[in-house]
Amino acid sequence: MSEKEIGKKLDRCLADGVVKLGTGLGLGIVFSVLFFKRRTWPITLFSGAGLGMAYANCQHDLRSHYLLHTSEQQKQ
Amino acid sequence: MLRVCLRGVKATAQKSSGRIRLTNVHQCREYTTGESSGASRVVTAGLLTVTGGIGGTIIYSKWDHKFRAAVERNVPYSEWLLGLALGPASQDAGLPTRKQMEFIQPPSMMEKQMKTSKAKSEKKLKETTEHGVQDSDPASSQPAQNIQEASAEATQIISAISEVQSVPAPCDTEPTAAAETATVLQDTESAATAEPLRERPAEEVAARLAQQNQDEKDVIASLSARLDDSLASSAKATLQAIGAQEAALQAITHHTHKLKEAMEAEGPSEEKSTQWKDLEAALASRTTSVNDAKTALVKANEVLDSLKSVIDKSKGLKISAARPLILAAEENLHKMVVDLDKVVSKVQSAESEAKIVAQYSELVQEARQQFQREVSSLTPEIQANWKGLTGKLSTDDLNALIAHAHRRIDQLNRELAEQRVREQIRMEAALEQQRAEDQKALDKAIGTASQHVKEEARLEQERKLVELREVIEAEMRTQLRRQAAAHTDHVRDVLKVQEQELRAEAEQVLSSKLLEQETRYRQLTQEQLDDFTLDMNAAYARLKGVEEAIDSHVEAEEAARKAHQLWLSVEALTYALKTASAESPSMPLEDAAEAMRASCVDNDFALALASALPEESLKRGVYSEASLRARFNSLRSLARRVALIDESHNTLYQYFLSYVQAALLFEKQQEVPPTQLHSEDLDTFKLLSYASYCLEHGDLELAAKLVNQLRGEARRVVEDWLTEARLTLETRQVISLLSAYANAVGLGTTQAP
Repeated sequence: MSEKEIGKKLDRCLADGVVKLGTGLGLGIVFSVLFFKRRTWPITLFSGAGLGMAYANCQHDLRSHYLLHTSEQQKQ
Repeated sequence: MLRVCLRGVKATAQKSSGRIRLTNVHQCREYTTGESSGASRVVTAGLLTVTGGIGGTIIYSKWDHKFRAAVERNVPYSEWLLGLALGPASQDAGLPTRKQMEFIQPPSMMEKQMKTSKAKSEKKLKETTEHGVQDSDPASSQPAQNIQEASAEATQIISAISEVQSVPAPCDTEPTAAAETATVLQDTESAATAEPLRERPAEEVAARLAQQNQDEKDVIASLSARLDDSLASSAKATLQAIGAQEAALQAITHHTHKLKEAMEAEGPSEEKSTQWKDLEAALASRTTSVNDAKTALVKANEVLDSLKSVIDKSKGLKISAARPLILAAEENLHKMVVDLDKVVSKVQSAESEAKIVAQYSELVQEARQQFQREVSSLTPEIQANWKGLTGKLSTDDLNALIAHAHRRIDQLNRELAEQRVREQIRMEAALEQQRAEDQKALDKAIGTASQHVKEEARLEQERKLVELREVIEAEMRTQLRRQAAAHTDHVRDVLKVQEQELRAEAEQVLSSKLLEQETRYRQLTQEQLDDFTLDMNAAYARLKGVEEAIDSHVEAEEAARKAHQLWLSVEALTYALKTASAESPSMPLEDAAEAMRASCVDNDFALALASALPEESLKRGVYSEASLRARFNSLRSLARRVALIDESHNTLYQYFLSYVQAALLFEKQQEVPPTQLHSEDLDTFKLLSYASYCLEHGDLELAAKLVNQLRGEARRVVEDWLTEARLTLETRQVISLLSAYANAVGLGTTQAP
């Protein structure tokens, strides 16, 4: 079901985003608590990084079809 | 004829008048008729030629009938014209020339035949004329007739062989009654009556020839008998004469001997008287014997003459076969004559001798008588026989005797001298006489000798003639035999050739007839065969037709059954298709397809179609249209949402934008797709609406086509749907084809009840 794929991808994106955000948040919190004296910027940083990574992953995932891998290029 | 001339005259008059007219016309109108005068001239010339030709033909056909016949044969209506002009054609046109030709041919053959027959008849007639007098007339006439007829037969045969018209041969004649005396040529020439020739059979010819031979033989036999008789008689007479002559000779010699003896012997008178008596007896016997001899000679001469006449007569008959007999008879005659002459001459010589002796004896007698007289005159008492007087005489007598003897001697001496003197003369005279007599005798002897020689020569000649004749006869016979042999050979050859020809002809005719019959028979049989074959073929064809009909019937039934089965299986397939529910695909079409495949094992088309069913449909089944429609409806919104995403635009932001676009852009839910897609129709939203429209109206194919035009992410999104739609479409297509095919087959095979 090709139509379900995008949904799946989006789900994955969302999940991944949530995870990454949460992880970033968490890590941010941790790091901010631990290392950065409870500043907020590591939390946003990490959450942003997490979000960004989630965004990039999502994008990559959504784009993956259109990307030709080098191995395929080499095969081609 | 007259009309022709009139026509010619008219034509010439026309021509001349035409010319005059022409000149007149020419004078009057100079500008015209250059061509018309030429034309009229041509016309008149043509007319003249034609009339001249016709006239000439008529004249010549009057003169030459063959030409007339040829003209009448070749030119139509000429008969009528020539009949009008000349009268009907005479009928002897065709025959004379042929007859002439035929008459030309036979004379040459007939001449030859005449010559040969002449020779033949010459010989035969000679033979017939050599017969005796008695049966010469009928025999000669009959053999002559036979001969003539035989020659006629020969000519007939020759003429028949050479296929000449049987013109009566000029030498086929009837013999005249004077055949024997007339010469051969006269015979053949005098008898000029032509007998109609008819071919006599070979047996008759042979019989006639045998008859002729028989007649000849009879003639010869009679002739020879006669000759023999006359010969015998003449021989007898001659012998008799010769015997008589011999006897005469004997008698004469005896007589002379006796005379001599009587003269010389000086015995006693008794002896002398006996001697003289003997002498007289001998003389008497001599005279009688001489007379007998004469009569016998006369008789012999008579008989010889008669023989000669008989011989002459036989010679006159001229039968060559009797010639040797005649010759023998002649020789015998001659011999007898010679013998007779010899004997006669002997007798004559004996007679002359006897005469001399008689003269001598007379002289001696005279002298003795004289002496006796003298002696008696001197001594009368002395007897005549003075030989026995020794002792009886005295000396005076003796002296007287001696003196007488001396005187006598003197006288005798004187006489002797005288005689010597006259001797010469007398000798001459005697010689003359003797010469004359000798001459006479010589002449006579010469005459007889010459006669004899002549006779001998003649006989020799005759003999030679006879030999030659025999030889010639033999040769002629051989030649004739040869000719006959050649003739038979020729006849045989010709007959053989004729036989061959006839056989060939007959064989040809027979073979042609046979061939005809055979061809007819073959034709008939062939016809029959053909008819039969035709019937058989027809029947066979019908049978075959029936069989084929039955087979086709069976096949058709089979096909119908199969078609029904196929149809049923296709129906099953269709039904299987219909089993697709809203969400789940249909049952796998494997079984149905298998069943269908089973039902159409020998149908390539159906098998191809069956193999064209996609695997997925067989394994998994296909979705129904409704499900696809439903799915599309859900897909549509999704496709709308990713309308902007493609290879180059696929960031997340683009996603967001396309989502916003989808939320903000409103298109018709369903739009009628145009018949032709333009480039602006290739927009996702439009395409989707077109596809929706198609789907709503059941046109899955067009919807699929339209959806196929999507590009980018929308295309990726609808890929599965498209595949499914394709699958369904394929399956449906195949099944519809199969159904159509099954229907068609079923329709084709279904028969109305």
